[in-house]
Amino acid sequence: MSIVKPENLVYTKTKLMTDKTLSYCPGCGHGVVHRMIMEVVDQMNIQDKTIGIAPVGCAVLAYDFMNVDMQQAAHGRAPALGTAIKRLQPDKYVFTYQGDGDLAAIGTAETIHCCNRGEDIVMIFINNAIYGMTGGQMAPTTLANMPSSTSPYGRDVARMGYPLKITEMVAPLAGVYNCSRHSVHTPVAVRRLKRAIQKGFEAQAAKKGITFIEVVSNCNSGWKKTPNDANKWMEENLFPVYPIGDIKVDGNMVEK
Amino acid sequence: MEEVKLMKGNEAFAEAVIRSGCDGYFGYPITPQSEVMEYLMKEDPELKRTGMVVLQAESEVSAINMVYGGAGCGKRVMTSSSSPGMSLKQEGISYIAGAELPCLILNVARGGPGLGTIQPSQADYFQSVKGGGHGDYRMIVLAPASVQEMADFVSLGFDLAFKYRIATLILSDGVIGQLMEKVILPEERPRWTEAEIIKNTPWATTGKTPDRERNIITSLDLDPAKQEQHVYKLEAKYNEIEKNEVRYEEIKCDDAEYVVVAYGSAARICQKVVDLARAEGIKLGVFRPITLFPFPKKQIRALGQRVKGMMSVEYSLGQMVEDVQLAVGGALEVQFYGRVGGMIPTPEEVLEAVKSKLIKK
Repeated sequence: MSIVKPENLVYTKTKLMTDKTLSYCPGCGHGVVHRMIMEVVDQMNIQDKTIGIAPVGCAVLAYDFMNVDMQQAAHGRAPALGTAIKRLQPDKYVFTYQGDGDLAAIGTAETIHCCNRGEDIVMIFINNAIYGMTGGQMAPTTLANMPSSTSPYGRDVARMGYPLKITEMVAPLAGVYNCSRHSVHTPVAVRRLKRAIQKGFEAQAAKKGITFIEVVSNCNSGWKKTPNDANKWMEENLFPVYPIGDIKVDGNMVEK
Repeated sequence: MEEVKLMKGNEAFAEAVIRSGCDGYFGYPITPQSEVMEYLMKEDPELKRTGMVVLQAESEVSAINMVYGGAGCGKRVMTSSSSPGMSLKQEGISYIAGAELPCLILNVARGGPGLGTIQPSQADYFQSVKGGGHGDYRMIVLAPASVQEMADFVSLGFDLAFKYRIATLILSDGVIGQLMEKVILPEERPRWTEAEIIKNTPWATTGKTPDRERNIITSLDLDPAKQEQHVYKLEAKYNEIEKNEVRYEEIKCDDAEYVVVAYGSAARICQKVVDLARAEGIKLGVFRPITLFPFPKKQIRALGQRVKGMMSVEYSLGQMVEDVQLAVGGALEVQFYGRVGGMIPTPEEVLEAVKSKLIKK
């Protein structure tokens, strides 16, 4: 007797994800975020109008998994590519997909100026407080006292600087229309992220400016924790520094 | 009807860009090339002429990456800068080479190293023809010697870039950029329509339609065997360019006993040197490479076998001279004369060097 019947099938593989096996570690949030972007593109029926930009970092091969036209950028430069792609093809939907080292360290200038110009694109920012791909080095978002392979005794803020809250930095810029912080470790959080992505794609069609979406995510391998422990650690340690929620909605800063 | 104007090299270049069917310019101010973006902003082609996008980026790094993004969409895009800014663009140029993106880049070179000087220089030769960025790659390098060539090389540069999916660099210098002289402006070419772009650049990220696989613009292949094949493919393309695209000019080389090799504005000075030398009975000619890559090796080798002496004249400590010597081989010891730091040699100075270094040898 078959349990799965067409009429009770409530979950299927995201149509616009390719069949390629994800290169991410088990438990990593990247795959979920990829899926949410592709579900939005599918539901809005804009596959033929969407151009994504992959970063340098764990998501460097994002173009292997998302079935839309994509460009792979030099480290940190995705917003520069996104700017030109959107300016030259204004009828397209453009998104960048970047990690914390890419967006908040080497690409800080590109990030801030793209936001300041208010390019009509969506910027997805995965913050796991570590350089995942290169093997767990300190990121600009690494927490105070948090160990990494280049801060083996913990991030000494007096010598290594403080965790950079770049999302709070870009939010007040006039070119930023929507700015919010998310996670993907619970179904509720995933659904909330998907709504934000959809709102961002709609905002760029309406030429409202940047939608900046941070996803606080885990890095089980870099943090040397099991997926469950990593999520718990993320809630206890990352969320207090990087609180989940809306920062700017439809051009207005959210009162705290 | 011919449109003749008196224009600065940088301005003639910018006007030619608008007329070339260019879709986008991305730049950052730096002396001595700022007139390029100033002219484009004043003309405002996005709203007033062809619809071409002109954007002032936050840095040269960002500007060259905007070029990458635009070129990846199959658009005709370009940037311009001067030497210190060109150093910043090298990362992006390497990625553009790896991803095989066509684009146009202008360097109105000034003296270095470091912040150096804002006066003219040819010390970026190595950076331009040997690959200033990382990895095995080449650009097509055109060296204009007049305001007319600043205008003419725009469309030529774009055409070559799209023919081979490669970056074309126009290596100019502060003399040519700032010089005012007569220029016949090129005819206006329309920008490609969306349909033309899809037809001419089927690899571009124009949006995945049901009739094709998704297009990916990347320079990455983690599998070394595949990456090796990719680099060999690039090599084959560079070999094809060396076979087909060599451009040069010979000035009074037919009966010359001695030849100076010079490019860009240095070749203009050397042309005057030829007149001075011939007035004294010295049979001197100028060989001017127009393409620095591909370098006119065969032609220089042939000259080297025929003449008594050869000298490279550059505004540098001697960079192109290495390629001239490589081309000549053992037939001659190639001499060198140059000025650096933004100083320009006078024809009399060069003539003196011709006498002391070439003839007395």
